[in-house]
Amino acid sequence: MSPLDHKLLRDLWRMKGQAFAIGMVIAVGVGMLVMMTGLVTSLKETRAAYYERYRLADVFAPVTRAPDRMAGRLAAIEGVSAVEPRVVGAALIDLIDTDLPVQAQAVSLPDFHSPRLNDVFLTDGRMIDSSHTDEILLLQSFANVHGLRPGDHIQATMNGARRSFRIVGLAQSPEFLYTTAPGELIPDDARFGVIWMSRSALAAAYDMQGAFNEALLSLSHGASEAAVLDAVDRLLGSYGGTGAYPLKDQMSNLFVSQEIGELETSSKVVPPIFLAVAAFLLYIVINRMVQSEREEIGLMKAFGYTNIEVVAHYFKLVMAIAIGGALAGCLMGIASGRALIQVYVAYFKFPFLVFDLDPASFVIGVSVSILSASVGGLLVLRRVFGLTPASAMRAPAPADYSRTGTIGHALNRFLDQTSRMVLRRITRQPARMAGAVIGIACGMALSVSIITIYAGFDRIIDLTFNVMDRSDVTVSFTHAASDTTIFELRRMQGVTLVEPVRYVPVVLRHGLISRRSVITGLSPDARLVRALDADLAKIPLQNGGIVLASALADILHIRPGDMMTVEVREGRQPALQIPVTAVAESLLGSPAYMDLNALNRVLREPNRVSGAYLTIDKARASKIYTALQDMPTVAGVSLKSDAEIAFKVLLDTGAGAIRYVMGAIAFIITFGIVYNAARIAYAERSRDLASLRVIGFTKGEAAFVLLGELAIVTLIALPLGALMGYYLSFGIAAGFSSEIYQIPVVFDSASYGFAAIVVIGAAVVSGWLVKRDIDRTELVSALKTRE
Amino acid sequence: MKTLAFSTKGLTKVYGEGRSAVHALRGVELDIPQGEIVVLLGPSGSGKSTLLNIIGGLDRATAGDAFFQDQNLSEMTDKQLTLYRRNYVGFVFQFYNLMPSLTARENVELVTEIARDPMDPDEALAMVGLSERVDHFPAQLSGGEQQRVAIARAVAKNPTVLFCDEPTGALDSTTGRAVLNVLKDVNEKLGATVLIVTHAASQAAMADRVIHFADGAIREVVVNETKLTPEEIDW
Repeated sequence: MSPLDHKLLRDLWRMKGQAFAIGMVIAVGVGMLVMMTGLVTSLKETRAAYYERYRLADVFAPVTRAPDRMAGRLAAIEGVSAVEPRVVGAALIDLIDTDLPVQAQAVSLPDFHSPRLNDVFLTDGRMIDSSHTDEILLLQSFANVHGLRPGDHIQATMNGARRSFRIVGLAQSPEFLYTTAPGELIPDDARFGVIWMSRSALAAAYDMQGAFNEALLSLSHGASEAAVLDAVDRLLGSYGGTGAYPLKDQMSNLFVSQEIGELETSSKVVPPIFLAVAAFLLYIVINRMVQSEREEIGLMKAFGYTNIEVVAHYFKLVMAIAIGGALAGCLMGIASGRALIQVYVAYFKFPFLVFDLDPASFVIGVSVSILSASVGGLLVLRRVFGLTPASAMRAPAPADYSRTGTIGHALNRFLDQTSRMVLRRITRQPARMAGAVIGIACGMALSVSIITIYAGFDRIIDLTFNVMDRSDVTVSFTHAASDTTIFELRRMQGVTLVEPVRYVPVVLRHGLISRRSVITGLSPDARLVRALDADLAKIPLQNGGIVLASALADILHIRPGDMMTVEVREGRQPALQIPVTAVAESLLGSPAYMDLNALNRVLREPNRVSGAYLTIDKARASKIYTALQDMPTVAGVSLKSDAEIAFKVLLDTGAGAIRYVMGAIAFIITFGIVYNAARIAYAERSRDLASLRVIGFTKGEAAFVLLGELAIVTLIALPLGALMGYYLSFGIAAGFSSEIYQIPVVFDSASYGFAAIVVIGAAVVSGWLVKRDIDRTELVSALKTRE
Repeated sequence: MKTLAFSTKGLTKVYGEGRSAVHALRGVELDIPQGEIVVLLGPSGSGKSTLLNIIGGLDRATAGDAFFQDQNLSEMTDKQLTLYRRNYVGFVFQFYNLMPSLTARENVELVTEIARDPMDPDEALAMVGLSERVDHFPAQLSGGEQQRVAIARAVAKNPTVLFCDEPTGALDSTTGRAVLNVLKDVNEKLGATVLIVTHAASQAAMADRVIHFADGAIREVVVNETKLTPEEIDW
């Protein structure tokens, strides 16, 4: 090992504290990138493997009633590799622990073999025996919430008949990772169940002997999905087919995809911001560090080392820190990714995990670290090389304050000498101060944007459940019923307000883009649920026009005034041309609104409603629920309070939960920036501080020179950082938004105040740590160190 | 008998521990009368700077006592040492230790602001012959001028003792003589005890008392009956 390499190792050991601080900052930035990309890659791989192992269908084709022989016709369509006809039906489960019956879907499994498509994963108990018609499998997540186990019995109403069933096993299915009750947006394990039973038993319950009401299809490699969908719709049209749809539109998959998509977007938006801040800090710190080595550089040059050799030496030092930090970041990213993915695997209900890392994230993380460290090191080395060895070794001449010394003359009368020192240092070296200010401002910006996001999440809950939806209860009917049902509801004691609603499943089409959606028909004078614009003012539902949520309008690339094709997926299934009249603000879901009467008119189904929004007297809630349960037209009743809880759970456990991890990382980086700024300032001033102490200044008086500077830099950085954070929060909000919910950027003074407190807190702690070092400084040795 | 400015009893300073321990002072016994110019001579590492640092309140002894007048510096708290330096002691260093962001006058004001009974900063600068350059920043001053500012800063508080560690170490002979003249003036006009650490033996000629150091102990104390002026010194 060459003497220079010995020096390298000793230098690293000597500056281990600072090297560790620098390494940590870059490690956190790189770690976040590796963690997020690894998380997304792993979730995608796991989902793909799960779907493949349990043969999830590529196409779902609901139909009113098709004879079994049609399954063979479907299988003959070019590009179809397998077909599984099955029976599905709506059911209501009575549970002891709830006032309201819980909605469920009953799904058939073949009597004598496992299904060709949409297999189930048995987690407990055994498969059903088709010779016992009362045996069922229950969706595991639903069973867990309600404490149901194999061997238990439940009561369920199917097709109007109430029956008792025996749970023989619990199961999961890639088809039902997420279950959402009809008419609701937020998945909730507790309020929607899935029952599997034998095909023969379920067919008997729904009068489907020798027939099916849903066909599952898988496609062969390279098949045209659109062509198959068309062919299926042609074949099933005369049997009441309501339109085949691909896997990407399937409810559970759509939700999982959007959650993963949201993680993916945040993994593309947020880590680069963090990494950029870390890289900038690395650049500044490396720059300062090499500058302090000036004397040794002069010495090495005096011995006859060439510039290249000196560069190589310091390059190794810088790289050791940068690469060390980046590698530590990779390891941290893998470790935290592994820990976090367990949470998500449980959240997405994947039965197993395929852990996979994205090698590109390592390459990017390490390269960014190397690049920013090299630039920081090389820029300052170039300046040092301009010096002759002798001048580099000589104690540097006192920094020249003569140019700017006069600036503060007017102020001088009011300032003592130490305050002048603070002020002049700040005005004398504006570039250096700007570096410190921008560094701390970056920390402030990160804190502001992350804390603003927290406020955005609170805001979305507040807006959705207190402003946009002011109802207490949503009632959905078994079918589009006559509006006399509304009068029935209004007559109920304790019901204070009833507003009708009609949901119509549709495919919205604009140009080549289409989207499965539901049109929500509202009464024009509605007060409980309304379409609101960005200023939260009610948008009038103009006769015959449609109002789209902004997220939906973005997807369809459509603007007010444009015509849209609406393919209705129920009843006569007409295809309509309807103008878009306005775009509505919506933070949750992507609704499309129409005037209820106009909607019924174009459907030629006057006075039909599929549900109602209610406000009720809470004291009579229990009686109202019982009365609703006894109404034959009522399919389900959902409480807004339950939906709000489910939504909070979603925001806190799903993709949104990553915001807490980001908050922690933002805090680490903010603290790292402020602490490094304080350390650098201390390193540059240690001799001045020692001199002050020697001539009789107390520790506190000497520390004022340094801490005063830190305080002023921090105070300048706060408003700048707040401004940067405001713009940054748009990027981060976009990263967190999905089709399910959109995070608004809230200018919330409390968030900014809190971020300021975080930064000031970091400054106070850093100041205290540095002050401790000032107090411990040995005056004699400090005086001997040259600048 | 003159009043004593300093006296030390068994003053010992050890750096490090065990086999790597370095004995910088080995039980030094010393009396320094008030109002003298004292030169501490000796090779590098002989302990003279260590002694200066301890009786200057910058460092602490490992064992033994150092008295300033009647007060035992070894028993003082950090805060008391700070007050001691603030109220009684002036320092002049080889590398000046000026604040680059303050002008010559402001560097002096740095001390007069906190001292008990300071002189006018301009008067202190006049003493060192820098009346014309009071508004200059250190970067605009030569090495000798910077050292004179440092002396002005040290004397402006009317110190009881003035410690000078190699005050002419970085200066040429002309500038060095000018600096020594200032120190002599301070001693005569203010009555301050002046301690000069140097390894330039010729400067001993201007001292009242010369203390020779070797290996952490006093080898010899010479009382100088015939003092020379700085101009008469061989450089």
